[in-house]
Amino acid sequence: MDFDDTPEEAEFRAAARAFLDANAIRRAPGAVEGYRRGQDKPGALEAAKDFQRRKAEAGFAGINWPVEWGGRGGTQIQQIIYDQEEARYDVLTGIFGIGVNLALPTICTWGTDAHRARFAGPCLRGEEVWCQLFSEPAGGSDLAALRTRAVRDGDGWVVNGQKIWTSGAHYCDFGILVARTDPDRPKHEGLSYFILDMKSPGVEIRPIRQISGSAHFNEVFFTDVRIADDRRVGPVGAGWKVALTTLMRERYGMRAAPGPDFEEAFALAQALTLEDGPALANAAVREKLAEWYTRTQGLRFTRFRTMTALSRGQTPGPESSIIKLVAGNKLQEIAAWGLDLMGMAGSESGEALPLGGLFEEALLYAPALRIAGGTDEIMRNIIAERVLGLPPDIRADKGMAFRDVPTGPR
Amino acid sequence: MNFDFPDELKQLRAEARRFLADRCPPAAARRALEGAPLDRALWSELAAMGWVGAALPERHGGAGLGQLALCVLSEELGRSLAPLPWASSVCQAGEALAAFGSPAQQAHWLPRLAAGEAVATLALAAGPGPFDPARLAGGVASGRITATRLAVPDALSADLFLVAAPGPGSLLWLVARDAPGVTVSPAEGIDPTRPIGRLDLRDAPAEPLPGAADPTALRRLIDRAAVLAAFEQLGTAEAALAMATDYARERYAFGRPIGSFQAIKHKLADVYIAVELARSNACYGAWALEADSAELPVAAAVARIAGCEAGWIATRENIQTHGGMGFTWAYDCHLYYRRARAQALALGSAREWKHRLIDLLAARNRPDRPE
Repeated sequence: MDFDDTPEEAEFRAAARAFLDANAIRRAPGAVEGYRRGQDKPGALEAAKDFQRRKAEAGFAGINWPVEWGGRGGTQIQQIIYDQEEARYDVLTGIFGIGVNLALPTICTWGTDAHRARFAGPCLRGEEVWCQLFSEPAGGSDLAALRTRAVRDGDGWVVNGQKIWTSGAHYCDFGILVARTDPDRPKHEGLSYFILDMKSPGVEIRPIRQISGSAHFNEVFFTDVRIADDRRVGPVGAGWKVALTTLMRERYGMRAAPGPDFEEAFALAQALTLEDGPALANAAVREKLAEWYTRTQGLRFTRFRTMTALSRGQTPGPESSIIKLVAGNKLQEIAAWGLDLMGMAGSESGEALPLGGLFEEALLYAPALRIAGGTDEIMRNIIAERVLGLPPDIRADKGMAFRDVPTGPR
Repeated sequence: MNFDFPDELKQLRAEARRFLADRCPPAAARRALEGAPLDRALWSELAAMGWVGAALPERHGGAGLGQLALCVLSEELGRSLAPLPWASSVCQAGEALAAFGSPAQQAHWLPRLAAGEAVATLALAAGPGPFDPARLAGGVASGRITATRLAVPDALSADLFLVAAPGPGSLLWLVARDAPGVTVSPAEGIDPTRPIGRLDLRDAPAEPLPGAADPTALRRLIDRAAVLAAFEQLGTAEAALAMATDYARERYAFGRPIGSFQAIKHKLADVYIAVELARSNACYGAWALEADSAELPVAAAVARIAGCEAGWIATRENIQTHGGMGFTWAYDCHLYYRRARAQALALGSAREWKHRLIDLLAARNRPDRPE
């Protein structure tokens, strides 16, 4: 057992670090990565695109993409090493995640050579930004219940309907869209997967204000939007299978949730005095801190287990399926606990408080981490069914034509 | 990054799992529950395979396989609910003798322990409350010890006691079962498959273990044992999860397997999460143990806390998943529940370890920033 990089991994890490030192600003020690904190600043999108271009030129974008797609053809472990290093720098690369990690890998797997030739390069270089048009008001956890219709019309399709929770739709160039092409088939069988130009006539984007007050995601409405048939990915009716390629990649993230973790909770306890003296001497505070440290370390070493398998070129076990679920809940608990510890003053936001409003900010975005990319409940279903082998839930709509599925009063 | 056990130890684990499933299934624990004494023949079989002396040096009859071997074997003994003095005689007393004993003490006792001919146990608890090596009760004078120790594991089958007590030159004292002034009485416990006893010593002859001269040494012994205990807890928790999962697949209610209900699915998914966190933390403990790292105290505390949590949720929810049947004497659910709770008390409860963890982290300039 050891935690060292192999010589090849160490060399790759040094190269990644050299690139980052030359092209980005390293965060001060102890500074915490806030949740999309910098994203609203003017000029942030241009700066992000500029960095992505340089990253692609240096071969660090699409590290684990095959060479045929225009990637580096590197290993998963190299991707993780680069991501670990990049996380120490102040760069906004999250906006490219949907394109690089979800959309293009799905399109390159299921689509045509022409799709690959047209879209892979601009995505990797940050010239075109992608969003995900999956969820709908009537289809979230039950994604396959989506109702947006695509109707065949000559050499293309006409799309009508609505998507929701679309991160970044307002600045994106393209979207991956799942729409219903046959409502007479059971719900999973009547879907198809498309590439949508977000500038197409009939696409209307309305921002959704989140509980934090900012608006990072949107509703997207389609009114007679035309998509050429050569922008369809995979066979007609195979949209669910294609979408699963995207979803599988979305749910098994390796990164920890951004925001306050054990160390910030510990720093807060060191800074505060409670009824019975220093917060760090309070038994209830100590036991909570110990539980979070244990969970944080547990996730860290779970990643180590996954990395060990990847480093050997093996398929990792199912253990990484717990990461998102544990991290989202822990973040929400730590955020609420931090505010509680500050007492009355905890309800004031901002820089004047210990740790600069970090806990308050986290309280308001933590709920999203338990919902986005598979709710806690869906994640538990996945663990129970795919890992523990428990039988699937009994589905009331099984085998039924989609148009006959009950929808409830709306 | 190589955060995994070597292949030969994975083979040892598989071998141990097969052997114990065959020779030491939960039925063996049940026999112990109903009063059967220690199965010395089975213990000798384990010794003959080199497992009892796995980590002891070869010159003392051990196999010299190192601490990682104890980790994988502990996991399997925990999984099988083995009613054997593994934790007491191998992970605690055997390790204490190997670490702190004089050459003569080691030459006399270690070969017998490794061969399974003698059983040793560690006697720590003097009364309710946290264990503190700096504040031990009892006393030793002129080579004679007077002390009472409670909840001593495997006290009735032990041939040798290592008793924690303050005295000249050591905090750990070697007392033979057959020495004068030694009284062992059975005690009721929550897990009779690993029976405990009370040890009363009145002017009993005692030899110091010279290496256990200060509280730090004793503390380190307990940290090391806690990592091994975490693997035992992990094995027990995984077995309880497997039992619950099997039952949830087979048991029908309302015309469908109960495992198809989300109330059961989500509960067992949460158990799985606790078990995986415990495994990851135990593996880090194993690394710190094998490397004899300065990280060991923190790693042991974290492994211990996660092990207690996994054992508790897994065995508690195994009963719950079984419904009324889970509450019966006839089903094995209570064997896991009893074992997990006893494991969570030996070496100090999770509550004590949480406080210790925060003390250790506060003593660092900056706690680790998890990657």
